[in-house]
Amino acid sequence: MIKKVLVIALIAVIGFSLMNVMLQIPFGEKRETVGDYYLQKSPQELKVANSVTAIVVSFRGFDTLGEVTVLFLAAMSLASIMYRRKRKGDIEIRAKKPSSRILQVGAQIIFPMVVVLGAYVFIHGHLTPGGGFQGGAIIATASLLMLITYRKFKVNHNTITWIESIAGIVFVGIGMTGLLKGLTFLQNFLELGELNSLLSGGIIGIIYVAVGFKVAAELTGVIDTVLLNNRPDNNDNN
Amino acid sequence: MIWQIIILIVLIILTVGAAIYAVVAKNLLYAVVSTGLISLGLSMFFFILQAPDVALTEAAIGVALTTIIFIITIRNTTKYEDVSDKKKSIERRKND
Repeated sequence: MIKKVLVIALIAVIGFSLMNVMLQIPFGEKRETVGDYYLQKSPQELKVANSVTAIVVSFRGFDTLGEVTVLFLAAMSLASIMYRRKRKGDIEIRAKKPSSRILQVGAQIIFPMVVVLGAYVFIHGHLTPGGGFQGGAIIATASLLMLITYRKFKVNHNTITWIESIAGIVFVGIGMTGLLKGLTFLQNFLELGELNSLLSGGIIGIIYVAVGFKVAAELTGVIDTVLLNNRPDNNDNN
Repeated sequence: MIWQIIILIVLIILTVGAAIYAVVAKNLLYAVVSTGLISLGLSMFFFILQAPDVALTEAAIGVALTTIIFIITIRNTTKYEDVSDKKKSIERRKND
């Protein structure tokens, strides 16, 4: 009883102090001009049609590098906990029966289309909605479809590690090239091109392609690790 | 204009209903599938509110990847939150 009263009192105090702060902010009023700045500068100076991409990769490029690092660390720690080599007596979590013919044929038709869609999304990240993270997630979904449909579909972890490492090196290397040319980290040093063409935006397109490869490889590795490496003794619970 | 409002109302009912069901459901598998439904509704909301970038992310990650990882986890552990729920459902299946 005392515990509950204490909790309610604590919530009331926190709510009151938060409300005091929130009431100071006028509702629906324009208080900062940074949004207008981005909307003006991204087509004019960076020649990027999708201003979300301009913010994520150029204005806030360093944050994106941090995000990629966080994803990499998460995937790596998951793999270090879950991944192990196959031993005798391991039971795979995948279905024991082969999946139905309809699913197999459908997956064969859909898989290349989804991969192409994902590649389109991250190659055209600076022109249309989407970008590296979205395209990578779409490609990972395609490989997930193959993994749950075909029991013999294997993902090579060495290849995944190579793709991940090369993509990360490309990202950091492009940033460092900016430094070598006498600019700041991740500043544009290529020709900007024309607005709304594929080769516009300088380094933004290259960075998003690298991010797309990296995210696709990481998420595929995560799914494969979770799907295939299970302890046999936990498997008969359900 | 009127059809937009109708779509919005349907989406709100779907999303909130799925969220409530995810909390209430005894079978964890149904709860996970309904969290996938929440993500679907949310990605439609993002698209309607002119944030297609976020809608793409939500659709790919929330609907497909998170749901499948939760389903794998449930297959590795147990399907029910509570042992008594499991017994009840087995009894119900026997009675049918």
